[in-house]
Amino acid sequence: MTSQRLMYWSIRFYLVVFFIYLFTPLVIMSVATFNDSRFPTIWPWRETTWRWFGELANDGAMWEALLNSFIVGLGVLALAVPIGVSAGLFLSTYEGKAKNFYYSLMLSPLLTPGVIIGISTLIFWRNLGVSGGIGLTVIAQTTFIAAYVMLMVLARLQRFDRTLERAAYSLGATHTQVVRRVLLPYLKPAIISAAVIAFLQSFENYNTTLFVRGFDTTLTVYIATKVRTGLTPAVNALGLIMILVTVILAVAYEVLRRREQKKKDALD
Amino acid sequence: MIKQLTARFGGPMTLVVLLLLWFWLIVLVLLPQLIMIDYSFKPNLIPSQLGGPEDVYTLGNYQTLVGNDIHRTIFFKTIWSSILVTLLTLMVSYPVAYFLAQLATAKQVMLIALLLVIPYWINEILRTFSWYLILSFQGPLNALLLGMGFIDRPIRFLSGDGGVLIGMVYAYILFMVFPLYNAIESLDNNQVRAARNLGAGLIRIHWRIVIPHAKPGIATGCIMVFMLAAGSYAVPALLGSPGSRWFTQIIYNWFFEGGNWNMGAAYAFVLLILCIGFIAAIMKVFRIGLGDIGK
Repeated sequence: MTSQRLMYWSIRFYLVVFFIYLFTPLVIMSVATFNDSRFPTIWPWRETTWRWFGELANDGAMWEALLNSFIVGLGVLALAVPIGVSAGLFLSTYEGKAKNFYYSLMLSPLLTPGVIIGISTLIFWRNLGVSGGIGLTVIAQTTFIAAYVMLMVLARLQRFDRTLERAAYSLGATHTQVVRRVLLPYLKPAIISAAVIAFLQSFENYNTTLFVRGFDTTLTVYIATKVRTGLTPAVNALGLIMILVTVILAVAYEVLRRREQKKKDALD
Repeated sequence: MIKQLTARFGGPMTLVVLLLLWFWLIVLVLLPQLIMIDYSFKPNLIPSQLGGPEDVYTLGNYQTLVGNDIHRTIFFKTIWSSILVTLLTLMVSYPVAYFLAQLATAKQVMLIALLLVIPYWINEILRTFSWYLILSFQGPLNALLLGMGFIDRPIRFLSGDGGVLIGMVYAYILFMVFPLYNAIESLDNNQVRAARNLGAGLIRIHWRIVIPHAKPGIATGCIMVFMLAAGSYAVPALLGSPGSRWFTQIIYNWFFEGGNWNMGAAYAFVLLILCIGFIAAIMKVFRIGLGDIGK
């Protein structure tokens, strides 16, 4: 039994070290925001200050980049969600020889490095006279984000009871009614999750965006540029704000999910 | 195909589904890749030369890569480093995934999953940037090591590949933990107990029972991490130095500094082949199909 005990404690010890490793960088980055030093650091500590938030708020380029990121994110949402839902519906309906081929093809953008998706999109659309910018960024990001949506929709469709559809038809419903009243309501949670994931994926994307952005700057591109040229703790302030927004969103999402789960458990 | 779809969704809806699907697969996925490959076999010409006698297919762009010592070295370094990142990530993630899947209570799983996800909702650039701060010459890690007397003078972590490796392992852990967790979770704990009762030690239990069962998860995680590492631009750009360039940085330079897109396309295609080759090798070694990935 002692070896089991040892195992029990060593894996717990490992987990603690692991989470220290996971969170220390974020903590140091956040704390450095409040140090009054030109270069973001926690050592030596000069003076505690809020001024880097002010500098961030006065940075016009940052606001422009933020706006661009929102526009791109919404664009990707509008394009990738319908495509991903269609792909999921297609895969759950079509049975035939080519099914595996279609599935592999849909999965391939997730297994392709982001830079290559950016490069191929850039070359292809230049031949059609379209050059880099917000529009092309939406196109390039949709290429692989649609695959995430497809996977999430497909996962939910696999648990769908097709007899519900048949029941609706035998009661005289039209195709449109079945899709609108049976299928889409069932898919709603998956579509909402997929939309959130799609927006986040778009918002944080860097490797693909880098090649297709033209002269437009998204928030991640802005941060990367700042880190290499003109790094001040204002970047940390931005990072800290993004961490806080993330934590609030993650906790809210978790609370909502649990509430849904409870409702479901109560119904069962 | 169309029959199956119309039977379920009716004509108009089927049309919408197929149009969206084909737009994605043909216009966004397939054609750009094919055009990129086509591009890579053509010389870099000015517009007036297009269609002229020099506008022919050639292997010239690939010969440049083979003939250029620096680029070739960086290419192979990218492969080895990415494999190293993949192995390190696997080792770091395995105990966490095993704990989550087999030992943790439902409440612990929820908490740990939430803790895992938070750093990953924050983007790759910020995650990498936070390591840049820690590893910088006058950063806290050097201060700590100096203060504890382990070193006499600060170490330049950011001038070799070390910083890039640390940053990448950190950036891609989640892509390993979740596939591993999914695979190990379906293992019946009675198998582990039976093995233990029959006298198997810790290592033997993992080597003979858990790891074989987790094969699809290990394969998926390794494929994702390798692909992300080999294709990463952000991490080497932030944590690397001019002396530790990554293959993606050379590709980027062909496009935006060298102005030679055809050459860049060739280099990009080589990177794509590398990733496809890695996927094929992993699937062969682990004897799994493409259908097992992404579950």
